Amino acid sequence: MKRHVVLAALAATLAAGSAIAETAPTDVMFEEGAVAQSLTGAPGNPEAGAEVASTRALGNCVACHVVSALSADFQGNIGPELNGAADRWSEAQLRGIVIDAKHTFPESVMPGMYKTGPFIRPGDAYTGKAAPADLPPILTAAQVEDVVAFLLTLKE
Amino acid sequence: MTLRTRATMFAAAAAAALASGFGPAMADPAEAELVVNEELTITTTAPAAPHLEGHLDTVYSGWLFREDETRKMQMDDFDNPMFVYAERGQEAWDTVEGTEGKSCANCHGDLAEGMKGVRAVMPKINAAGALWSMEDYINDCRTNRMGAEAWKWNSDDMKSMTTAVSLQSRGMPVAVAIDGPAAEFWERGKEMYYTRYGQLELSCASCHEQNYGNFIRADHLSQGQINGFPLYRLKDAAAVSIHQRFVGCIRDTRAETFAAGSQEFRELELYVASRGLGLDIEGAGVRP
Ligand code: HEC
Ligand code: HEC
Repeated sequence: MKRHVVLAALAATLAAGSAIAETAPTDVMFEEGAVAQSLTGAPGNPEAGAEVASTRALGNCVACHVVSALSADFQGNIGPELNGAADRWSEAQLRGIVIDAKHTFPESVMPGMYKTGPFIRPGDAYTGKAAPADLPPILTAAQVEDVVAFLLTLKE
Repeated sequence: MTLRTRATMFAAAAAAALASGFGPAMADPAEAELVVNEELTITTTAPAAPHLEGHLDTVYSGWLFREDETRKMQMDDFDNPMFVYAERGQEAWDTVEGTEGKSCANCHGDLAEGMKGVRAVMPKINAAGALWSMEDYINDCRTNRMGAEAWKWNSDDMKSMTTAVSLQSRGMPVAVAIDGPAAEFWERGKEMYYTRYGQLELSCASCHEQNYGNFIRADHLSQGQINGFPLYRLKDAAAVSIHQRFVGCIRDTRAETFAAGSQEFRELELYVASRGLGLDIEGAGVRP
């Protein structure tokens, strides 16, 4: 019994610890569009990032960008091809673009992936219904870092 | 369509865009003529109305952005699934319903004569100064003149009637009034068109003005014109109303949508209709 309480307390401390290490969407600091600090304090996983970029309900980057390294079909062409993105942008710049591209391209149609507002009539994902008060960003901090890690592999 | 053929299409479109000096949007609607039943030529490309200056030079029907097979279905009434709706609408037109013992035909006469040109001017201001869509006029007749029940905005009954009525304007140019008493509604519709809704922060213009001709995943973006509505969506195997399409597009920005039949959507409908000035009403389109 006592041991359980101690373990629970330990788990709570760890959870709180990781929450502190993670930068909240409203606390992200941009410098000319770039974000130097990892949102999680840890490096991302490029394979997981490739999955996030290809998945409709997640980053859905391929809806707008051609990324030859990804096998997703019907890649769109609203934005530029991302092949060679790591040759053109630094890690901090790529992180900034994924978090909220409007700090880099002011009028961009690219959605902010780690942003919680303010939005006009925010919805609850694709239901068409009003968003809950604590609308989560499209991607988690870890998913953003995974995508950044994936983008850093795009060299020509 | 394989990626390969699409890549080829991209290349061809890019070359065409360069050759004809199009702007940044890869405007690659098909080079095709819409002739229905081998006799009625419908204008699908036109210089943009003066109010679009600085936004669009040329307006294109959504028909031009679809594949050959889909385009063909709209060229022959026997292949066009909307004619099932049109027939049902024609039947309802002649059917007595409600406490007053009247049919639409009792007041308006023959569908072809009574409803000629009606679709081309919708939505428009009613006698009381409100902006009404065709659905509102239909339900007004049903409830106030026939003593029948109103139809739901997106019901099959309503879509059948709007289809039958719209076909009586087929080949006539869009002719919505946007000045005078319509002006304030039009202004609000325009503001909506450029509002970036939802968590994705996209406006109608983000997709249909800045990016028509481009692909968003597998979807070839058109200008989002409504001259072909109501239209058949093969994916849904059903007719789609103008407001229903608006609901879908706003929902896709991860936004809270407006309701079909809302005042907001009537205003947006007026503005979007006016972006199609110069195009002809298609009566009943077909889309993938
Ligand atoms: C709705 C469209 C859209 C989506 C979805 C989208 N982007 Fe973009 N992206 C753009 C556009 C448009 C630009 C060009 C910048 C501008 O707006 O001028 C861009 C620019 C970029 C750039 C800079 C490219 C360069 O080389 O200049 C990167 C990197 C990028 N996006 C990554 C991503 C990633 C990663 C995702 C998914 C997590 C994503 N984008 C999702 C539209 C989109
Ligand atoms: C995220 C992108 C996106 C946004 C934002 C968007 N649409 Fe669309 N819309 C589409 C796609 C994709 C289609 C289907 C292909 C096409 O015709 O462009 C479509 C189709 C349409 C059509 C049918 C056109 C036809 O000929 O079949 C209309 C009308 C339309 N949109 C109007 C609007 C209006 C009005 C808004 C703003 C309230 C809007 N759209 C916002 C993506 C979008």
